[in-house]
Amino acid sequence: MAKTRRPPRIGDAPVFRNTMIAVVLALVALIIIAPLAVIGYEAFSKGIAYFGKTIANSDTRHAILMTAMTALIAVPINTAFGVAAAWAITKFDFPGRRLLLIVIEIPFSVSPIVAGVAYLFVYGLQGLFGEALQSADVKILFALPGIVLASMFVTAPFVARELIPLMQAQGRDLEEAATSLGASGWRTFFFVTLPNIKWALLYGVILCNSRVMGEFGAVSVVSGNIRGQTNTLPLHIELLYHDYNAVGAFAAASILAALAVVTLIAKVALERRGAGRVRRPSLAGTAPDISETTP
Amino acid sequence: MARRILPGLPLTLGITLVYVAIIVVLPLGALIFKAASLGPEDYWRIVSSERAVASYRITILCALAATLFNLVFGLALAWVIVRYRFPGRRFVDALVDLPFALPTAVAGIALTTLFASNGWFGAPLAAIGIKVAYTPLGIIIAMAFTSLPFIVRTVQPVLEELDPALEEAGQTLGASDMEIFLRVILPQLAPALLAGLSLSFARSLGEFGAIIFIAGNQPFETEITALLAFIRLEEYDYPASAAIASVMLIAAFTMLAVTNLLQARALRYTVKG
Repeated sequence: MAKTRRPPRIGDAPVFRNTMIAVVLALVALIIIAPLAVIGYEAFSKGIAYFGKTIANSDTRHAILMTAMTALIAVPINTAFGVAAAWAITKFDFPGRRLLLIVIEIPFSVSPIVAGVAYLFVYGLQGLFGEALQSADVKILFALPGIVLASMFVTAPFVARELIPLMQAQGRDLEEAATSLGASGWRTFFFVTLPNIKWALLYGVILCNSRVMGEFGAVSVVSGNIRGQTNTLPLHIELLYHDYNAVGAFAAASILAALAVVTLIAKVALERRGAGRVRRPSLAGTAPDISETTP
Repeated sequence: MARRILPGLPLTLGITLVYVAIIVVLPLGALIFKAASLGPEDYWRIVSSERAVASYRITILCALAATLFNLVFGLALAWVIVRYRFPGRRFVDALVDLPFALPTAVAGIALTTLFASNGWFGAPLAAIGIKVAYTPLGIIIAMAFTSLPFIVRTVQPVLEELDPALEEAGQTLGASDMEIFLRVILPQLAPALLAGLSLSFARSLGEFGAIIFIAGNQPFETEITALLAFIRLEEYDYPASAAIASVMLIAAFTMLAVTNLLQARALRYTVKG
């Protein structure tokens, strides 16, 4: 008699099992690892010194700066919004809550190109506020503010969607106890709510940051792509690539690829602490794991 | 009933509504307004032009093919991660999210370099007569890459929660493994699988960054709808751009409704008690 505690489940036959693992691992290597490897390979194909020189190029440095500045503005605003939205939606009952949730999640479903085009029709010369902005000499499109706004659109749901299911599951009892004992709203938030949501919050912030820094489609519409002026890192990569400067493009891309790897590591570490696990229990019934930079 | 104890509703709801209004509703409203101001005749002429229709066909067909590939590969990937224990399993699990974490432009140039006729994959494929870069096949690969995590991540939790007793019941009743997979396991996975498929398909319809590098972008052959909207902008043909973008927006809302419906169904089957 075999000493197994339970009968083998289907697909556990060794031949099938090993074939499945081998085939899947091979495909993972080809489809997921190879693109990552080729970035590193191409970036360093002319040696480390050349890589350093490319990164130090003033246009590349400026693009890195633009990307960092965009993230420095967009991510904190987005985080504040996400926390506020999660507080309002999970701590109170008001009519239209479901609708609000759906509207917050809309940017996940909208193509970044559509988002960019839409912003053009608000702030562009042919848009709603175009003429007013021009006569007031305020530049939004083809400048940093436009890039920040478009980035805020594509990442609007990132922080809120991590917090809402979690805060929903945690209920209101603790906060109600704190306020009924006399704590102010802020005190309740910082000393009662925040400790319970800090990992999920950080998780949302990291994913939001990664998406802001990597956004291409929406930003390419609103930035106007002026070299050394309104180029973010992803746009700069495209520019270098089309200039037949493959090494430069891949060197710049390797920075974003490294950021992606760091994001993944942080994600795994935070998931061990329980972040990213509670997903949309019932409230809106929308998308589970849409984000993770992408769309 | 609303017995409010907690403070902060006016502040937080105020911030939320202002942000949503300025960042999400205003631009989408402006786009719809712009498209609507075209008048039905002009609008129809633009969105039904030969080049636009060709772009819809290419986008939809490639998205279908990519989603189909992800159905098979994503299911196999989720199966292997959940059902088997092997060295590197957690690493593979973490890697699944790479396509979401990698910026689309970066993925685009990486895939193009791999599949170009002198690339790591492109060269051997060219030797057997398969051209990937600058063909619809390239579009399919870019779409499949960027939307792969959806299916894995929707199916994985359901696969983890499957009750082994049901499979055992099938075994004791004499069903073959294939029969059990098709008639016991697959039906339980179906709602999650459908939800994942619709997410993957929707993402592929809207994808831009990863595709434009590898697609070749020939009108009528390898030009996706998102690119056409972009090209019309660069030609300063704003009404055409608005009209085409509005078609994409309608498609996105339709997919959002479908996904929500499927997700609600999936939840009904998976959330216990």
